[in-house]
Amino acid sequence: MALYSATVMDHFKNPRNVGVIEDADGVGEVGNAKCGDIMKIYLKIEDDIITDVKFETFGCGSAIASSSMATEMIKGKPLEDAMNLTNRAVAEALDGLPKHKLHCSVLAEEAIKVALKDYYDRHGIEYDPTVFPDCESCESCHL
Amino acid sequence: MTIYADNAATTKMSRTAIDAMLPYFEHIYGNPSSLHTVGQNAAEALDEFRGTIAKTLGVTAQEIYFTSGGSESDNQAILTAARYGERKDKRHIISTAFEHHAVLHTLKKLEKQGYEIELLDVGPTGTITAEQVKNAIRFDTCLVTVMYANNEIGSVMPIAEIGKVCREHGVYFHTDAVQAVGHLPINIPEQNIDMLSLSAHKFHGPKGVGVLYVRRGIPVATLIEGGAQERGKRAGTENLAGIAGMTAALTEAVTNMEENNRKVQRLRDRLIEGLTKIPHSALNGDPVNRLPGNVHLCFEGIEGESLLLMLDEYGICASSGSACTSGSLDPSHVLLAIGRPHEIAHGSLRLSLSEENTDEDVDVMLEKIPEVVEYLRNMSPLWRDKVNGKKEFVL
Repeated sequence: MALYSATVMDHFKNPRNVGVIEDADGVGEVGNAKCGDIMKIYLKIEDDIITDVKFETFGCGSAIASSSMATEMIKGKPLEDAMNLTNRAVAEALDGLPKHKLHCSVLAEEAIKVALKDYYDRHGIEYDPTVFPDCESCESCHL
Repeated sequence: MTIYADNAATTKMSRTAIDAMLPYFEHIYGNPSSLHTVGQNAAEALDEFRGTIAKTLGVTAQEIYFTSGGSESDNQAILTAARYGERKDKRHIISTAFEHHAVLHTLKKLEKQGYEIELLDVGPTGTITAEQVKNAIRFDTCLVTVMYANNEIGSVMPIAEIGKVCREHGVYFHTDAVQAVGHLPINIPEQNIDMLSLSAHKFHGPKGVGVLYVRRGIPVATLIEGGAQERGKRAGTENLAGIAGMTAALTEAVTNMEENNRKVQRLRDRLIEGLTKIPHSALNGDPVNRLPGNVHLCFEGIEGESLLLMLDEYGICASSGSACTSGSLDPSHVLLAIGRPHEIAHGSLRLSLSEENTDEDVDVMLEKIPEVVEYLRNMSPLWRDKVNGKKEFVL
């Protein structure tokens, strides 16, 4: 069996939504260079709908594919849907990831959550802080 | 089109080696341990191959042990020295921080059994000196094990000098020569090598077969029990077809070494010259004392696995020391040993050439690799931060 599914390879080779939104309403960055993965998500939000999303990723093939898939899954969707996006849903949409690559889908979920939190912070919108990841506690990077 | 530039991982078998193997599947298929004619024909062939390999390495047939390859040979050589050390109450072993895991993991195991393992610092170019070895040798040193040439970054060690120091101090010297045999001139007695590991598939021979050379007089420890093969030191019916292929491949590689190296080195140097022009890149390993086919670079701001996958799309088969290719979080221990920070070590690329590569291959690689590096940098938030001055460049 090949390391990656055809869907992973498709999203790796033709990543959707790569780029930067200069006037983004929310930006989230997770991971670090030492671990070899950094994901950055830019959100454009109007009336609680994600009207545009872009990503930048430093990382392996599955990190790029996870970012691409995750952005596709929240584009045009209400904030609530984005908030509820799980890493498992991203990995399933990619037709699975190898076990040691599952943390890439975790990074994608967390990058979106951090971007949403940034949006709430910037706009003074109240939220429950316990639903957002605490980067320090992230288990995917032990370095 | 496929451009195969991963010859340090394995090579394509040569036609000569394949042809040399075929009779041992079809005609001379006997078990060399059998008394009948079919078996004895096989035994004769085995003797002949052992003799040829011994002659090529400048040693005697009694010093050649056929194994399953480099890893087994490394394990057996180290265990041989460890058992000797146990008897003499010498439990200090000297090695380097960037050995192959077949050596490092075996040493780790011995450490748990009470041996003291000293790993020499390989410095920024990834090499050690005989002086370092000399200074590390103690009254209770039972083994110095230093690879001939590094499998990732291609640095070639001063083996003859290290051998001389070890012989002068009466310490066994083993070298993992898996990357060197068939590619660099080796003379075991002249270089004072006591034990040497080699693997056939690194010089266009078959996989699953190799040699452990042990100098006469050193009592060999056994890893595999169960028969009298290899003078009782390695049980198991001999892989005769594999040994036939290995012998043919080694003879061919040694005969053509000078010509092959001239060609491969020129291609290597073209690649190094072209690829080091990529901004914020760096060559790894010794620029002068280097395997003829090894090109190894780090590119800042990108990750190696995605680089490999993209290159594969263009038919370029390469390798990386990135963590993501190994399934661990840590990048290559070799790159960390030469002092590359984690971030830089993640963005590494190894191209290992053979004489089958062409100038056209190099042209394609020189065109595609810079393109792919730029493409990946353009989607890397780390690269953007560096370009915008938010983070500092390392290279």
